[in-house]
Amino acid sequence: MDFEPSDDQRLLVESVTRMLGDTYSFAQRKGYQALPEGYSPAVWAQFAEQGLLGLPFAEEYGGFGGTPQEVMLVMQAFGRVLVLEPFLPTVVLCGTALNVAGSADQKSALIPAIAEGSLKMAFAHSERQARYDLTDVITTAKRSGNGWVLDGSKTVVSHAEAADKLVVSARTGGDRHDADGITLFLVDAKAPGVAMRGYVSRDDSRAADISLSNVSVSDADVLGQVGKGLATIQRVVDAAIAATAGETVGAMEAMNEMTLEYSKTRVQFGQPIGTYQVVQHRMADMFMAQEQGRSMAILATMSVDNPDEAQRAHDMALAKVGIGQAGRYVSQSAVQMHGGIGMTEEYAVGHYFRRCMVIERLFGDPAYYLNKLAAEVG
Amino acid sequence: MDLRFTPEELAFREEVRAFIRDNLPADTRDRMKLGHPPRKEDTVRWQRILNAKGWGAYSWPKEWGGPGWTAIQKMIFLEENLMAPAPELLSFNITMLGPVLIQFGTDAQKSRFLPRAANLDDWWCQGFSEPGAGSDLASLKTAAKRDGDHYVVNGQKIWTSTAHNADWCFVLVRTDPNARKRQEGISFLLVDMKTPGITVRPIISIDGSHHLNEVFFDDVRVPVENRVHTENKGWDVAKYLLGNERTGIARLGKSRERVTAAVAMAKEVNFGGQPLIQDQIFRQRVAQLQVDMKALEITQYRVVSAYDKAKGAGKPDPLSSVLKVKGTELLQATTELAVDVSGPMATPIWAQELEALNEPDDMLEASSAGTGAYLMLRAASIYGGTNEIQKNILTKAVLGL
Repeated sequence: MDFEPSDDQRLLVESVTRMLGDTYSFAQRKGYQALPEGYSPAVWAQFAEQGLLGLPFAEEYGGFGGTPQEVMLVMQAFGRVLVLEPFLPTVVLCGTALNVAGSADQKSALIPAIAEGSLKMAFAHSERQARYDLTDVITTAKRSGNGWVLDGSKTVVSHAEAADKLVVSARTGGDRHDADGITLFLVDAKAPGVAMRGYVSRDDSRAADISLSNVSVSDADVLGQVGKGLATIQRVVDAAIAATAGETVGAMEAMNEMTLEYSKTRVQFGQPIGTYQVVQHRMADMFMAQEQGRSMAILATMSVDNPDEAQRAHDMALAKVGIGQAGRYVSQSAVQMHGGIGMTEEYAVGHYFRRCMVIERLFGDPAYYLNKLAAEVG
Repeated sequence: MDLRFTPEELAFREEVRAFIRDNLPADTRDRMKLGHPPRKEDTVRWQRILNAKGWGAYSWPKEWGGPGWTAIQKMIFLEENLMAPAPELLSFNITMLGPVLIQFGTDAQKSRFLPRAANLDDWWCQGFSEPGAGSDLASLKTAAKRDGDHYVVNGQKIWTSTAHNADWCFVLVRTDPNARKRQEGISFLLVDMKTPGITVRPIISIDGSHHLNEVFFDDVRVPVENRVHTENKGWDVAKYLLGNERTGIARLGKSRERVTAAVAMAKEVNFGGQPLIQDQIFRQRVAQLQVDMKALEITQYRVVSAYDKAKGAGKPDPLSSVLKVKGTELLQATTELAVDVSGPMATPIWAQELEALNEPDDMLEASSAGTGAYLMLRAASIYGGTNEIQKNILTKAVLGL
C-alpha cells in the first residue's frame, strides 16, 4: 500500500491546478456559466491541449494511458473550482462505455476526437420512471432492415445539448426490469427524431430531457453486444461514482478552506468567530468528514476496475454512501458556519453545496446504496 | 500510488491469522467470543505465546526484541489480533513504556526493563491523571522531592487502569514546583508498585468491573536511576508516549468483531415474529456501520503508510486524532448495536450467581458481556485525550487556529 502520488501524478496535479488557477476564479466561472453553452469552449480546448481529455484512453487512440487514480486526482482539482465543462459525461461516462464495449472501429473513430477536444458526448441512460434502477429501461430499439429504430425518452442527461454524440440505452428484448435485453447505441445528437428540452441544473451546469422518436441507427452504431448493455452501464456508473467521489473531495476541501478563512475574518462579539470553540469543533468535524470522504474516494478508485464483480459492487456501494454523506455534512456545515452570506447566490459556498447535492444523487443516492448494502447483511 | 495490499502484505495477514488460530488458547478464545474482556491470566499467557514467537513487542525495533515490522504490518497484526478475538497486547508495556525507554531510556534501564516488559514478567500501569489533572494533564500536582539518590514522591493518581495487577508504574511527577511554565517542572519516573507508601484503591466502573484505581503515594522513595530522561523534561517523554499511543487507538478490529457478534445474535433473536436479522432498520444500521468502518480502515492505512514513508521521523500525524475520534465513536456505536440486539437479555449481570449455575447459557452470557462492553466503552471517548480534546488538537494542528 502506498497512498502517495507518484512524481508524474504530482506533476499532473500541479499543471492542472496551475491552469485552473488562471482560468477558474469564481468570477470567471460566472462568465462561463453565462455563455450559451453553459461552460467555456476555450477552457475545454485547454483541457485538450493539456491531454486531460485523453486521460483514461489507451495511447494507441491518442490517449494519455491514465489510470483511475489520475482521473481521481484531476476530478479533485475540478471539484475545487467547480468545473462546468462536460468532462464527466464525455471522458468519464461515455469514455468508459467506449473503453469497455467499443469495437476497434468505434474507438478509432471517436476516442481521438474526444482527446483532441472536437467531440463531446453525453450518456443518455436514465429514465424518469427508473429513478436509480439501472435495469428500468422502457425506451425501445426495434429491428428495421440493417439497423434499429429507437423510441422513448431519457431524463436529466448532463450536458446533452453540448454533445455531438449520445450513448443511448434501449430495450432490444426482455421486460421493463430485466437485466438482459438492454443495448447501447451511439446516436448522433442531431439525428432526425432526437429532441431535447434543456434546462439549468442546480449545479449551474446544463442538462436536458431527451425524446427519441423514430430515430434510425445502423448496426455499426451498436456499442457492445446486443442485449448485454447492462454490464457496460454498470461499469460506467462505477466510473462515475469514483470520479465524482474525487470531485466531492475537492469540493469539500474548497468549502473547508473557505470556512476556515471566513472564521478568521468574521468578527462577532469583538473577536473572530474562529476563536469560539463551538465553531472550532464544527470545523474539526468538517475536516474529519473530508478525510473520511477522501478515504472513500480512494476506495472507489481502487475498486473501479476490480474484476470481482460482487466485491466491486459492494465496495462501490460503501464508497458512494460514505462520500455522499461526507459531502452533505460538509456542505450543510459550510453554509451554517458562513451564516447569512452563505445563503447568497453571489457567494461561492452555496454553489459547492449545490454541486455536492447533484453529485449525491447521480446514479443513486446514499439511501439507495445503503439499501443495497443492507440486503447483503447476514 | 498503489491502493492495494502487496502480495507480501496479504501473505503476512494470512500468516498472522493462521498463527493466532493455531495458538490462541481455546478457553481464552471462547470467553472472548462471548464478549468478555480477557482475564489477567489470559493476557499474560497470550503475551508470552506471542513473545516466544518474536511478536510480543510487535512495535519495537529488532534490536530490542521486536520483529522490525513496517507500520502496515503492525496494523495488520493488531487488526487480526482484535478480530480473532484475542487479548490485546498490554498497551502500557508495549506501546507506551517500550517506545519511551527505547527513545529516552539509559542502557541500564533498557536492558533491565524491556525484556521483562515484552514477556509481561512485569505488568506496567500508567500514573498520569490526577483528581485535578484530567484533560489538563500539565496541571498535575504529585510531587517528587530529591533526597540524596532518591526522589520522595507524595500525591495521588486516579483512573489508573490495572494498577491492582501491576508490578510497576510509570509516573509523571512535579519535580520543580517553581518552573516558569507548568510543563517544564515535570519528570518521568519508574516506580516499583511494591515500594512502601503506595496504596491502591479500586474504583468500580459502571460495567461493574474493577479496571480503574486510585493510587496514593505517601513518602514513596524512588531511586534517581529510575528517572527516564532529564529531570524536569518529563513532559517531552509524556508527549512522545501519547503520540505513540495514537497509532492503534482506533481498535477497528474490535468494532468489526462486535458487529460480527451482533449479526450472529440477530439471527437468533425474535423481532416482531421474525428473526431480527430480517428487520430492515437493523440491516441498514449494520450497513451504515460497515460504511463507517471501511472509511476508518482506509484512513488508518493512510496514516500508517505515511508513517512508513516518513520512516517514523515525522511529527504525529494530525489524522491520528481522526482515528481516535472516529475509532472510539465506532467502538461505542458497535457495542450499542450489540446491546440493542440483546433486548431484555441485556440487563442481567453475568456474575457469581449465574456463573455458579454451571449450566451453559451462551445467549444470556453473551448478552450480559455485550452490555458490559457497551458500558465500559463509554470511556473510549474519554481516555487517551477526550474526543473534545482531539478536536482541539485538530483545531490547532490542521486549522491553525
